[in-house]
Amino acid sequence: MSEEKQCQCAEIQEEELYPRLEEVINQHKGKGEDLIMVLHKAQNLFGYLPRRAQEMVAEGLNVSLNEVYGVITFYNFFSTVPQGRNSVKVCLGTACYVRGSQEVLDKAQKELGIKVGGTTEDRRYSLDVVRCIGACGLAPAMLVNEDVYGRVKSPHLVDILKKYE
Amino acid sequence: MMISLTIDGRPIEVEEGATILEAAKVANVHIPTLCYLPEVQAIGACRVCLVEIEGNRTLQAACVSPVAKGQVIHTNTDRVRKARRFSVEMLLSNHPFECLSCAKNLHCELQSLAYDLGIREIRFTGAKSGGRIDESSPSIRRDQNKCILCRRCVTVCQEIQSVTALFTQGRGFDARVEPAFDRDINDVACTNCGQCSIVCPVGAITEKEYIDDVWEAINDPTKFVVVQDAPAVRAALGEEFGYPPGTLVTGKMLAAARKLGFDRVFDTNFAADLTILEEGTELLKRVKEGGVLPMITSCSPGWIKFIEHFYPELLDHLSTCKSPHMMLGALTKTYFAKKAGVDPKDIVVVSVMPCTAKKFECNRPEMYDSGYKDVDYVLTTREFAKMIKQAGIDFENLPDENYDDPMGEYTGAATIFGATGGVMEAALRTAYEVATGRILENVEFTAVRGLEGIKEAMVPVEGLGDVRVAVSHGLGNARKLLDRIKNGEANYHFIEIMACPGGCVGGGGQPIPVTNEIRILRAQALYNEDAHLKYRKSHDNPSIKKIYEEFLGQPLGERSHHLLHTHYTPRSKF
Repeated sequence: MSEEKQCQCAEIQEEELYPRLEEVINQHKGKGEDLIMVLHKAQNLFGYLPRRAQEMVAEGLNVSLNEVYGVITFYNFFSTVPQGRNSVKVCLGTACYVRGSQEVLDKAQKELGIKVGGTTEDRRYSLDVVRCIGACGLAPAMLVNEDVYGRVKSPHLVDILKKYE
Repeated sequence: MMISLTIDGRPIEVEEGATILEAAKVANVHIPTLCYLPEVQAIGACRVCLVEIEGNRTLQAACVSPVAKGQVIHTNTDRVRKARRFSVEMLLSNHPFECLSCAKNLHCELQSLAYDLGIREIRFTGAKSGGRIDESSPSIRRDQNKCILCRRCVTVCQEIQSVTALFTQGRGFDARVEPAFDRDINDVACTNCGQCSIVCPVGAITEKEYIDDVWEAINDPTKFVVVQDAPAVRAALGEEFGYPPGTLVTGKMLAAARKLGFDRVFDTNFAADLTILEEGTELLKRVKEGGVLPMITSCSPGWIKFIEHFYPELLDHLSTCKSPHMMLGALTKTYFAKKAGVDPKDIVVVSVMPCTAKKFECNRPEMYDSGYKDVDYVLTTREFAKMIKQAGIDFENLPDENYDDPMGEYTGAATIFGATGGVMEAALRTAYEVATGRILENVEFTAVRGLEGIKEAMVPVEGLGDVRVAVSHGLGNARKLLDRIKNGEANYHFIEIMACPGGCVGGGGQPIPVTNEIRILRAQALYNEDAHLKYRKSHDNPSIKKIYEEFLGQPLGERSHHLLHTHYTPRSKF
């Protein structure tokens, strides 16, 4: 039940952000060349790019929705799913990979019940992969928010994740 | 300024700013291309047109590299041949080898390139990015397994048609050509114009084929199968059988239709003449009674879907006339059925069209005015050629045959419907005579002919004043005109809009390739036919006079209203 409540909260907040997006779009009305800039601002507002926001941007900038989505799916920076409160990033750089980070990633996907790029339903975690975080000596490594974890073995993973609400 | 350079040892001079590819043409040197599309796209993406320039470290893509003074270019070195072959091998490494059962078999540019470059083994194997088959649309079939990401469809849809129903989604191995959210093409603002199917070099976008359904109808002894063909078909069908573009093959086409087993062969041109009477009367009525102006033609179903999606607020400007083949379908199952004593439930109407959008059109819920599905199947010019080949018909040696009565007679005004400006010219011929009661001596309105994007003309008509008209082809040009109407900057009385560049002769269902040169040749064939016909004005067509006497009553009369006119549906721009 508590999970559902949280979800509604997020949606209500989101609803309040649309007028602000409208203001942003009005400053770029009909300017298709500003698409990436406007998408940046929209993602900063919502934390991701909900479909309704994509449609508003398409309409306001006079760009096809199909093109807007093409730009969003091209750049890794943009996300079409809401981000969780905690960002989990497993390193798949060469050193981590050879030391078994794929196993860690598989375990993370299984534990969280989401795929790479996804967010848990309670928006507690988002899962992504990164290519090298400069901690090759600690391989396999992962990040949760700003915290680096080294020599991660899949059995440790649950304990690490638990620390983050 | 002219620039001199050397290609394959031959000194040439070309205009500054020309690309190496263009310069090579001057030198009669053939450089293979794949993603390049004349008049539409040059992006250097496929790396097939690579050439070697002395002094340059890397090979350059000829389609995007401008020439420079004194360049020495080689197009046929070992390095070039290997690089080109490698590019195509990489494409093949991600391609499903379904060539024998592909709709584009023997008409595939990738296949031809692999042959020309002498690829004899597939060196690179591994995971394929794959993709889905989207059969949601009654007009277009997309098989994304076969897509080579050349982006021609995206460019033609965005820049020529201003629709952008497709775009490249994702990147790298996940890159694919899809609508937003990977929705089905039938669920987004696609006009079904089929220009994507014309430019697709492989079998990733083709028309949805109904050949087997038509064979089934022909083979069913209880069915009475009627075929009709649009004017642009007879000006292009020959190309599928090796005739040069612009050859009219009307007589052989009709003989072929009878050999295929069709029971009657009617002419969509007959209904084009009918359209002129209905639409012309509608226009005069609007002008006299202060109706919504400018009135815009409604023959092109790709255009209809465009305005429904993108300018629903302007739908009242459309003529309510159905497109000619839909009129003929409705009349076949009413007028003809009664006359011939055939039960309309047993009649199957097949339209052979230069068009993919008409496949969608014949499935619209409002196209059942005869009490049955007015047109059962629409085949493209390409599909009709495939049927003739499947039947093993020796097209070249067929005798010339004629259309069947009572809907086979047509005028020159009808036959020019197939070219941009043709409907307008035909309408002016009739409107002038109906409005003034005088004979129009010079019937050729050359101002509305040709490939200029938007054409305008002013025709003084006694009793009406100056009639201002405009003609556009290609949906990008339609958008420009509509924006002007929206902003109150267009004071025309009548506008003709065709979805495809060049009009129906350049339709999405026509033989491939379609270039401006080919569009002009096909249109010229129709204008030549017009010039030699006995009747050149729709209202002079004796069969048209007869159908009004026997069946319809008068233009815009009750029966016309019921069978020949329609209404439109606002749709979402997403």
